[in-house]
This record gives sequence, structure tokens and C-alpha cells, in this order.
Amino acid sequence: MSTVLERTKAPARERARTVGRRRRKGLVGALYAAPTAVMVGLFFVVPLLLVVWMSLHRWPLLAPPTLNVPDNYTKIGDNQLVGSAVWFTVKYTVLLTVLLFGLALGLALLVQRRRRGVGFFRTAFFLPMAVGFASASLLFLGLLSDEIGPINGFLRWLGVVDGYISWTSGSGTSALSSAMLLVLWRFAGFNMLILLTGLQAIPLEIYEAARIDGAGRWQIFRRVTLPLLRPTIALVLTMMTTGSLLAFDQFWILTRGGPDNTTTSLVMVIYREAFIKLDLGSAAAISVALLVALVVVNVVQLGVLRRRSS
Amino acid sequence: MISRKVQAAAAFSAVLLAAALGGCSKDTPAASSAAAVDDGAQLTLWTRAATEAVSKSYAEAYNKTHKNQVTVTAYPNEEYPAKLASAAGAKSLPDLFGSDVVFAAQYASQGLWQDVTDRFAASGVKDKVSPAHVRAGTWDGRNYAVPHTIDMSVMLYNKDLYAKAGLDPEKPPTTLKEFAEQARKVNKLGGDVHGTYFGGNCGGCVEFTFWPSVWGSGGNVIDDAGTTAKIDSKEMADVFALYRSLYDDGTAAPASKDEAGPTWLGALQSGKIGIAPGPSVWLGLIEEKGIKMGVAPITGLDGGDSTFVGGDAMGIGATSTKSAQAWDFLNWTMSEEAQVEVIAKNKGVPIRTDLASNKYSSADPRIVMINSLAAKGKTPYAKNFNASFNDPQSPWLQTVRGALFGDAATALSQGNTAITKSLQQS
Repeated sequence: MSTVLERTKAPARERARTVGRRRRKGLVGALYAAPTAVMVGLFFVVPLLLVVWMSLHRWPLLAPPTLNVPDNYTKIGDNQLVGSAVWFTVKYTVLLTVLLFGLALGLALLVQRRRRGVGFFRTAFFLPMAVGFASASLLFLGLLSDEIGPINGFLRWLGVVDGYISWTSGSGTSALSSAMLLVLWRFAGFNMLILLTGLQAIPLEIYEAARIDGAGRWQIFRRVTLPLLRPTIALVLTMMTTGSLLAFDQFWILTRGGPDNTTTSLVMVIYREAFIKLDLGSAAAISVALLVALVVVNVVQLGVLRRRSS
Repeated sequence: MISRKVQAAAAFSAVLLAAALGGCSKDTPAASSAAAVDDGAQLTLWTRAATEAVSKSYAEAYNKTHKNQVTVTAYPNEEYPAKLASAAGAKSLPDLFGSDVVFAAQYASQGLWQDVTDRFAASGVKDKVSPAHVRAGTWDGRNYAVPHTIDMSVMLYNKDLYAKAGLDPEKPPTTLKEFAEQARKVNKLGGDVHGTYFGGNCGGCVEFTFWPSVWGSGGNVIDDAGTTAKIDSKEMADVFALYRSLYDDGTAAPASKDEAGPTWLGALQSGKIGIAPGPSVWLGLIEEKGIKMGVAPITGLDGGDSTFVGGDAMGIGATSTKSAQAWDFLNWTMSEEAQVEVIAKNKGVPIRTDLASNKYSSADPRIVMINSLAAKGKTPYAKNFNASFNDPQSPWLQTVRGALFGDAATALSQGNTAITKSLQQS
């Protein structure tokens, strides 16, 4: 009898011990995740909920808020600046993502193999990342200025340009190009680094096998490198589109959204609503709309890239 | 890129969080009392970079003779409104803060300053200070801010270039048409020299320098209530047409088209510009570079002096608990002692109209002329002034660009509608 009992008790004790161990493991895991969870909750979830709450109210700076749903959202349609800013932001995002991705991938391929001096180039390409973005924007503002910058003088000396020229506010195209040049300079190295880690994660044996099978350089790139790099490409493209849709610093400092509002991004419109018009409710509503658009873009983007990779 | 965006998002979220907490909070600042108190309180004062020097001079002189101690913090001009808005949302406004006089109505309407109506009335100087500044700080018949500094727009001309061009350096233009003629003569000197310069990509610069000519010609810009634009007028069109012709024929330096403000002073300090409208406070800053300058009033097309009475107004932060001490400082800044020994001594324009001529101003006839202009000038008043006129995305800047470099007639008529709509937004 007792043996039967012991036999049935033993697995039960064992099970309890396993459950206890699992629970402890779970608890330890939760503890490890807690600091991040608190940070995310405090600095992302709470402000996010607050923004949504604000967007439903007329929210003066000091007086108590009053519910005015859905006024802040219907007002977005009346705001002419929003229309042009959406168009500009999308145009900028597409142009920049294509150029930045091309440049970053090109640089990553250039410095992929370990050779003499490659470390120097990797560092040189990454170095602009060490300059703060606002400082980098101011640096470009100074460099491109006709009054104080050296670039125009140099171009005049070369005979490329003649007379006065304003890169940052002469025309919409030159203003956009100046801002894009700045972003390419500042971020190409960083994206190169991420792509480089993806490239180096591809086992050399696969390249060798492809070469033995008689594949050329282009075939290897298309059939081996690109497919295996896809998860990294998905990450880089998501970061680029998100960053571009939220563009602010470069236009705020370099072009002030001009000339004639041709480089006014959507975040600049949010800034104007919040800090110039002091209409926090309206700013929150545009922010929520932008967030929804961002989520949709990211879901579609990741969905497409994942499906292809699987 | 992401990390930067996350930082920016975190900063914006923090502002929103602070704003939300501020909005939810129920406590109100200490109730105002009429007495001014000097009991050794530490007072914080915020100002924009353009006014920093004057605010600091006031504070230094006040700190020497009072127990209260004022600490001045200055912020870059463009970032200042955002700084104030986030501080207000977080209910952490300084004890005292100044504002560009044209933005004062917006801050007063938002309740960012404490009501000083009774204190101001009891001070005995209310009728002796710049009325345009007092009006700017008034909302619904209550006073929220008092005059802090005055900066007026004037014609600044380079006497050496005038002499070289065969013009009499002692005979500045008396009409806007004469201004254009003289600018063209200086422009003929050629080389790096240009006849004139203006901020063609800067709404605030154009208001400050072109509007006096519209006023001098008998036109107006906005109505008295600050809710309807009046820029679709012959006077405005003619003033723009004159400046446009100066740009088109190369009299105005080509950089005028893109001048957004930051390099405006630098262009005049280069000594290569014949005559240009600009802030009166730049007189000293340009002469520091060894350039001999003359000063003249800005005029209408056929005469009629006017000026844009700019500068700053200052009030007590709505969330300050030291309002009696803060008022002691404000009241002192309007005293004869402060206006003569701090402002006039440093070649500034006194905010007191009764002190326009004083022992310091009489030494320089140019200062007497500048001081006398205050009575002829105007300060526009509108709650939504910044969003309608000064902001780079304002409908006014679009109008300016069209009127100077595009289809002028359409720009002015469409601009009038757009600005009126912006002014009337609640």
C-alpha cells in the first residue's frame, strides 16, 4: 500500500518541483524584463494613451481641458498645410529610402571583406554618426551658406556656379536636395554597419558552394546575398521609412520648411499646432493619425518582406 | 536614425505628459496683492536672446540696490515660444518672463501671465509708458504685461557709401520713392556694394520694415480687433511693388530673396549695403564694425513717417508664487531711475514716453529722432499673430513671397483671405 502511495506521490512531487522551477524561471525572466517594461510603459505607453486622450479634448496650456471629440480630427481636413506636408513627407520618404538604402548597401559591400585599410574606411563611413543630428544640420547650414560657407566659393572657383546661389532656400528642389545630402552623409554609415553585420552572418561555405557551382559575382549577389540578407534589409528599410516619415530636425534647422512651405514635413505641422498655435488637442490628433499611418506602413512592409523571405 | 527619433519622441511625450499633468492639476498660484515686496526672494526671469542684453542690464542694476535677486535666462528667439509653452504645460513658468510684444496678446489670452491690472493702475506710470505695449499685454480689458523694451524700425544708411555715390550723407530720404532712388545711386558703385537689403524669406522682418511704409502711406495691415487682415490694399501693393523693383533690377542684394533672418544683421554689418530698413537697436551693433551710420525714419511712398514699435513686454508667470516680489522688479523697471540710468545710458529707447528726451539722448541727435518716432508708430494687435504672420509656415510669409517674387496681385488677395481665416481661428 505504502509503496503504491509513494509511487504515486513521487511523480506528483517531481511535477510540483518542475512547476516551481518553471515559475521561478518565469519570475526571474519577468524581473529581468521589468526595467525595460517600466521604461516602455512610462515613456511610451502612458504618453501614447495621453496623446490619444488629449486628441479628444480642447486642451489649453493652463486651464482644464474640455471634451470636443471629434473636432480635432475633423479640423485636420481643413488644414491646408497638412495636405502639402503629407505629400512632401511621402515624397521625401520614398526618395530618401531608395537613395539611403542604395548607398548604405553599396558601402557595406565595399567594406565587407577583410583587407588592408578596410578598417579605416569602415570608421570613416561611420564617423558622421558621432555628430549629433542637430549639430550636423547646423554644420551643413553653415557649409552651404553663401555668406559664411566655403562651398559656394569653391564651386565658383571651379567655375561650376556663377554669382549668388542659395542651396537651402533658393528653390524647393535645392532645399530638399540639401536636406537629403545631409541625411545621406549622417546616416549612410550607420545603416552600412547594420547591413554589414547581416552580410557577415552569411556563412562563407554558401558562397564557396555557389562559386564551385559556377555562379558569377552578379548571380551570387542576387541568388545568395540578397535572399539571406532579407531580414536585415527588412529592419533597415523599416528604420529608414519610420525615420523619414518622422523627419523634423533637418528641415527645421536647414530650410525652416521653406521656401514657400515646399519642405514642410508632417512633424513640423504638429510642432506648429502645438507650440505656435498652442493648440495641443489638434497637435495630438495629427500625431495619432500619423502614428496610425506609420503602423500601417510598417505592418505592410514587414508583411511583404517576411512573406518573401519565407 | 531610430535612436534620434526615439529621443525626439520621448522629449515630445515628456512635454505632453507634463502638459497633461499640468492641465489636470487644480492648484492655482498665489492670489495677487497690490503691494510690491523686496524681501530677498530669488526670482527667475526668462527672455529671448534678442532682449537678453537689456534684461540682464535691468537685473544687474536691480540686484545691486534690492534684496530680491533676479536671475536672467535667455533662450534662442525661434525656440522661445516652444520653451514657454512646455513650461506652461508643466506648470513651471518662471517668476517673470518677457515676450515679443506682438505675441503678448496670445500669452495674455492663454492666461500665462498673472493679472496685474490693479498693481499697474496703482503704480502711477500706466499713462506714461508706451501705450502700444500696454495694449499688447491687455486681454478682455485686463492688464497682464507691462512694457520691457522698445525696438523700432528705422532706415539705416551707410554714410561713407552715400558720400562715395555722390549723395549728401546728411540728407536721408524723406519718401519711400526717394529711398529707392538713393539706393539705386549707391548700387551704381558696383562691385560687392548693393543699394539695399531686406529679409525676403522672413515674415517678421518684412512686417517690421515694410508695414511702417504702408502706415505712412495711409494704409493699414489688420483691423484694431486683430481679426481681419487689410493687406489687400493699394498701399500694401505699392510698397511691395517698390521693393520688388529694387530686387528685380539688382539694387537689393540677391541674398535678400532668401534672407530668413539669421544673416540679416551680418549683411548690414558688412558695410556693403547703402541703405536698408532695420531695427533701431542695430545702430550701435553696426557702428561697432567701424561703419559710420545715419538714421532716418521709415516713410510712406510720398512721405509720412512711421515705425513699427516692437520690443518686449513682460509679466509675472501664472504659476509663480512670488508675485509681490516679481511686481517689485517690474515696477522698478518702469521707474525713471531704470529708464534713464539703464536704458537711455546704453543708447536704448526708454519705454517711458515722458522720458524720450533725457540727459543721455540729447548727446546724440539720432537718438532723439529715434525716441520721437515712438509716438508716430504702431504695434499690431492680434491673438493669433505668431501663427498668422511670424511663423515660417504662416500665410503671411507665403503672401510676402508671392508679392515680391511671384504673382503679386493673386498673392495679396488670396493672402488676405488666408490671414483673416488664421486670425479668426479660436
